[in-house]
Amino acid sequence: MSTATKARESDASSGTERRLNMIEAINEALDVSMERDGDVVVMGEDVGYFGGVFRCTAGLQEKYGKTRVFDTPINECGIIAVAVGMGAYGLRPVPEIQFADYIYPGLDQLISEAARLRYRSAGEYIAPMTVRSPFGGGIFGGQTHSQSPEAIFAHVSGLKTVIPATPYDAKGLLISCIEDNDPVIFFEPKRIYNGPFSGYYDKPVQPWKKFDASIVPEGYYKIPLGKARLATEGEELTILAYGTMVHVVEAVCAEKGVEADIIDLRTIVPLDIEAIEESVKKTGRCLVVHEATRTAGFGAELSALVTERCFYHLEAPVERVTGFDTPYPHSLEWAYFPGPIRIGEAIDKILKD
Amino acid sequence: MADRPQGSAAQGDNRPTLSLHVPEPKFRPGDTVDFSHIDVPEAGNTPRPDETCDPATMRDMAFGLVRVLGDDNKAHGPWDPKLDPDTLRKMLGHMAMTRAFDERMFRGQRQGKTSFYMKCTGEEATSVSASMALAGDDMVFPSYRQQGILIQRGYPLIEMINQIYSNKGDKLKGRQLPIMYSSREHSFFTISGNLATQTPQAVGWAMASAMKGDSRIAATWVGEGSTAEGDFHSACTFATVYNAPVILNVINNQWAISSFSGFAGAERTTFAARALGYGLAGLRVDGNDALACYAAEQWAANRARANAGPTLIEFFTYRAEGHSTSDDPSGYRSAQERNEWPLGDPVTRLKDHLIAIGEWDEDRQEKMDLEAAEHVKKVTKEAEANGILGHGLHHPFRTMFEDVFEELPWHLREQSRQAIREREIKFPGGLDQ
Repeated sequence: MSTATKARESDASSGTERRLNMIEAINEALDVSMERDGDVVVMGEDVGYFGGVFRCTAGLQEKYGKTRVFDTPINECGIIAVAVGMGAYGLRPVPEIQFADYIYPGLDQLISEAARLRYRSAGEYIAPMTVRSPFGGGIFGGQTHSQSPEAIFAHVSGLKTVIPATPYDAKGLLISCIEDNDPVIFFEPKRIYNGPFSGYYDKPVQPWKKFDASIVPEGYYKIPLGKARLATEGEELTILAYGTMVHVVEAVCAEKGVEADIIDLRTIVPLDIEAIEESVKKTGRCLVVHEATRTAGFGAELSALVTERCFYHLEAPVERVTGFDTPYPHSLEWAYFPGPIRIGEAIDKILKD
Repeated sequence: MADRPQGSAAQGDNRPTLSLHVPEPKFRPGDTVDFSHIDVPEAGNTPRPDETCDPATMRDMAFGLVRVLGDDNKAHGPWDPKLDPDTLRKMLGHMAMTRAFDERMFRGQRQGKTSFYMKCTGEEATSVSASMALAGDDMVFPSYRQQGILIQRGYPLIEMINQIYSNKGDKLKGRQLPIMYSSREHSFFTISGNLATQTPQAVGWAMASAMKGDSRIAATWVGEGSTAEGDFHSACTFATVYNAPVILNVINNQWAISSFSGFAGAERTTFAARALGYGLAGLRVDGNDALACYAAEQWAANRARANAGPTLIEFFTYRAEGHSTSDDPSGYRSAQERNEWPLGDPVTRLKDHLIAIGEWDEDRQEKMDLEAAEHVKKVTKEAEANGILGHGLHHPFRTMFEDVFEELPWHLREQSRQAIREREIKFPGGLDQ
């Protein structure tokens, strides 16, 4: 587990260092990968000339041409399917699904095809593709622009699922995903594209530039898949989170004065089980936090794993804080969101016993 | 009763009553079959458009039927590919081999040597002849009834049988349902089993080939029933948008298990006509006419190679046997259909053509059929030495966990250890791992 890239606010004035938001970091990962490997191609709705609705592919078409960065029909099944075909040819496609909520028409191509090619052909054909997709809520996106469907993909054998929480990680992880020879779902927490989120929607957003995790080196570097990041270190409890929720739990812990091991999982498949076990055995208390709906969410898997592996070290039952089992409501978005109150209560409960 | 908004007029007001149409095939078991409603134009009567033409100028092709072999068993008209007798004999040989292979494998399934098999009887030309019109390194994305392509491309029969038996010789490690072959060496994509998924993948491969300035094209095969899948719409859309060098072969064999082609829209229009809405070139072809199949595929291949665009070809044919060994067609269609099929049998028609032009005779045919059957029998024996399904000669146990990912993650390592432990409990001290 790496402690090198904490997302805490920076005290030092690091004037010479480059600070990027997550969009710029993702853009740079794509740029670096395309520069290094002529087989990397980027496609998706509005990603070409326009540069993507969130600007993640800005400038790439101009730099690499229309045959390597191009718009696609509004057809997610087709986007994933042609990426499978391109992968079979020998390319390394990086399709974008404009919102994770739109990925469902492509599910059969992901689950039955991309995820199974290597297995069913005994390695003759592989799907070395990275499906990028903004996910998560907190942007008043309503039920069709807010979902967190990571558990669906974690459930599929043959898929890797990666979720960055900082600009530094986003770049290093995305480069690893693109170089990976297995299909990867790369979910970008769009709430934190421009700055980490404290969970207080009524407070102004702090831009990434104020945080050291926005220090992004130029050029090529990788963060391995399957290695978690220790966001903060503490003895009182372990909090497992990823994406936006890493920052929310950090803020809650800071506010409550709770010293927690906050583990940013970074990739949920493959999972850094060693980091989880090590921490929970140390603290004896574990909270699992995600924004997605609760029932059969990835938190259920995490809770089960911790219980199976660390039961005799636990001082309290594993708690889950999640979104509610409703569609993501538009006007009541912040009632759905697992914010500081829900997290704070769970922490109190775990620490009480 | 349906819920109605308050205040809405009750049924029986002066609007007409609606009724739902549920398609029904013309003939069911026991019915006398009369196919006279099927329009069969005379061979040679269909014009052959320029390969690079604008699809709008060849709309009629989607409603006609390209036919070369006439009732006189001679080749007619502009679609005659004018193949030399050696090539025709080769084509006949591949088709005869495909049929002999199907017979033996079907029997093997009935004898309990494997779980499942699918014949392509009556459809041999749609894979063998079409495949012959492609280059050997053009990439094919087949459905599950194109064994003729592998046989035409020289894939060893023993590899096919090993796969069908899921035995220790199966290079797919016994993971796939029988007949779901894969051979990268023969530019043959791994068969899915989920229907029509291969069609947009073929388009993607073709796009990649064009992106890279390659010269190879892609071709895919899909049943008429599966054209109803959204994936087929994806394929047509991407193919036309990017002018991909791809051929979309629709095998209209009239039946999707027990559902006749009407459930994919055949009561209203042809499958070739699907091309028109997308601006694709569309051809409708006598799928039991080996020369027409070759000529149509060649036309489409030339068009793709000239960067002139994709083609959708409907091969109009008939599934002479059941869907698979798990199917009994006598339960839903008239047994007379096969014999009454107005386009005959593709193997017989090609054989009769070769005889008609003085390049073949019944004795040689009989000898060839016998040799094919003997060869398949011999190779089957060789394959059986590697084991048959369920008799222990399968791949080592640990291979079950390989190839899920390139590298084995911790959770699969743990599960693999568990599986091996279970095996040791069940077979103490024995068997391969």
